[in-house]
Amino acid sequence: MNVLVCVKRVPETGARITLTPDAQAIDTTLLGFTISPHEECAVEEALRIAGQHRGSTTVLTLGPAAAREQLQNAVAMGIDAAVLLETDGRDWNAEETADAIAEAIRATPEPFDLLLFGNEAADTGDYQVAVRVAHALGLPCVTGIKGIAIDGGRLSARREAAGGWEVFEVPLPAVVTVKEGINLPRYASLPGRLRAKKTPIDQIEPQRRASALETIRLVVPPERASHVEILGRGAEAAPRVVAILRDLGLVAS
Amino acid sequence: MILCVVDGDPLSLEALTFASRLGEVEALVFGEADVGGYVARALRVVHDRLDEYAPDAWAQTIVGLAPETVVAPGTDRGHEVLARVAARLGVPLAANVVEAEVDGDALSLTRQRWGGSLLEEARLTGTPKLLTVAPHAVAAQPAGISTTLRDFTPTLSDEHFRVRVTRRERAASGTARLDTARVVIGGGRGVGSKEGFAVLEELAALLGGAVGGSRVVTNLGWRPHSDQVGQTGARIAPDLYIPCGVSGAIQHIVGCKGAKRILVINKDEHAPIVARADWAVIGDLHEIVPAIVAELRKPLP
Ligand SMILES: Cc1cc2nc3c(=O)[nH]c(=O)nc-3n(C[C@H](O)[C@H](O)[C@H](O)COP(=O)(O)OP(=O)(O)OC[C@H]3O[C@@H](n4cnc5c(N)ncnc54)[C@H](O)[C@@H]3O)c2cc1C
Ligand SMILES: Nc1ncnc2c1ncn2[C@@H]1O[C@H](COP(=O)(O)O)[C@@H](O)[C@H]1O
Repeated sequence: MNVLVCVKRVPETGARITLTPDAQAIDTTLLGFTISPHEECAVEEALRIAGQHRGSTTVLTLGPAAAREQLQNAVAMGIDAAVLLETDGRDWNAEETADAIAEAIRATPEPFDLLLFGNEAADTGDYQVAVRVAHALGLPCVTGIKGIAIDGGRLSARREAAGGWEVFEVPLPAVVTVKEGINLPRYASLPGRLRAKKTPIDQIEPQRRASALETIRLVVPPERASHVEILGRGAEAAPRVVAILRDLGLVAS
Repeated sequence: MILCVVDGDPLSLEALTFASRLGEVEALVFGEADVGGYVARALRVVHDRLDEYAPDAWAQTIVGLAPETVVAPGTDRGHEVLARVAARLGVPLAANVVEAEVDGDALSLTRQRWGGSLLEEARLTGTPKLLTVAPHAVAAQPAGISTTLRDFTPTLSDEHFRVRVTRRERAASGTARLDTARVVIGGGRGVGSKEGFAVLEELAALLGGAVGGSRVVTNLGWRPHSDQVGQTGARIAPDLYIPCGVSGAIQHIVGCKGAKRILVINKDEHAPIVARADWAVIGDLHEIVPAIVAELRKPLP
């Protein structure tokens, strides 16, 4: 069972987003970088499935040279191999990204049985790269998945749906996008971190193309001015809190 | 012609309202949904193999109608169906749009990034134009027109049913659900441990509310992920949200901005969540929450 997992390097924004002066990007000068929690769960799911079905795992990202950090983090968790589709640091849209990923997958000598993605990227939230890759490769695709079971050549996948679950069954190879909550990702081990430093990263230079969706600018939604009332410090504030709960009609009797 | 995808999800009606502001809309109805009053024309998809959801079949139905614009709700289904249409036709998909305006042959639009913490203004050209509408970008509003409903049977083949729902499972019914609770007590790293949540549970029980939390507490295994509020968790809209020991990262805030009121308990008065609150109590939650519980248990004079 060969499993591929695709992750995207994104800035780790804290309590506030600051944009670059041209409003084309987030100002990342003071920020660290991470991947979406959905993708962290996809990495964990790849490890779990490969462990159960004796297989190998590969992590792939399209991004700047610095995205090696995100590949290494996945290798430190236990992923076997890493591929970087290196860009010059400009943002690639969903169509370009999917094209490049599909092309890289076609060029891989060992075909993948399972291709895992996050449900949506943390930053752009485009909800489509995986579906486009699946289409380009002619593979079945299920999205928003919070439970995977594999039995022989078939995969069953659960998605939350009004008051329960809907279950899809598809033949492998298949593309699956996962949501956080499907598992609890492990932490990287120390030996894993050491191995990550030594694992070579395959590098591919991807081709880009234009899109009919053009970003004009980014806008941080306006925040309303703070109007907080400090009720007090410590336990002494409890009666004031309860008075508010009663005012709001939240206390029975 | 603008085609709007409608299914049983109530967000479909928001999408219809949104689409109607861009031009003349035809609703494409999958399954049971009442669009009466929202649009002049509706197509009800009738097909003997569409008794269960099949995303490629839905996408094929849309492609077969050769629409100029397609609008769908920003749901799991809306996103994956339009992404399939986009992939097949080689055109972009603008997901989670909050505003759109016709600008000649183009659409000027604003869409959500980072789960809504950041907005992107963009221009969409080409045909067809595909977009999903972010939940609650508009309120569903019938246009008060009479609707003509027509049955429509798409031409579908086996390949469109490779992916389909084969089975449904009911969820075990649990305690008050996060997304519908009137009060949510939130716990963050400041709660300190799994056991630390007992007193939050007690407060929630007294108020008939639910307990939620930040990603830190679900990631540490103190709470199940189903309790997580935020960008990759639940979106809540209670009358009152009481975050305890939560700092207020933007990814958490996007999950609770639907709350009518926020009462924060945090030891740091400079924590970003304090500035977002209506009320705050500054100090150790391990003293404050038990004191509130004790106060609530006191008999009224
Ligand atoms: C793409 C992405 C998606 C994410 N999605 C989510 C999401 O869905 N939901 C989410 O919550 N986060 C999400 N995060 C994580 C988010 O960025 C923050 O890391 C997280 O919300 C912080 O959790 P916290 O407030 O519990 O912890 P911290 O930021 O560590 O804050 C702890 C707070 O507790 C207070 N405190 C400590 N001890 C006490 C005490 N004894 N009494 C009172 N107060 C105390 C401190 O003053 C501090 O304000 C996401 C991150 C990324 C990158
Ligand atoms: N630059 C990228 N490199 C690798 N994978 C990506 C990239 N962009 C998106 N993906 C994958 O596609 C998923 C959906 O992304 P999106 O369609 O952009 O919301 C993400 O969760 C990733 O798994």
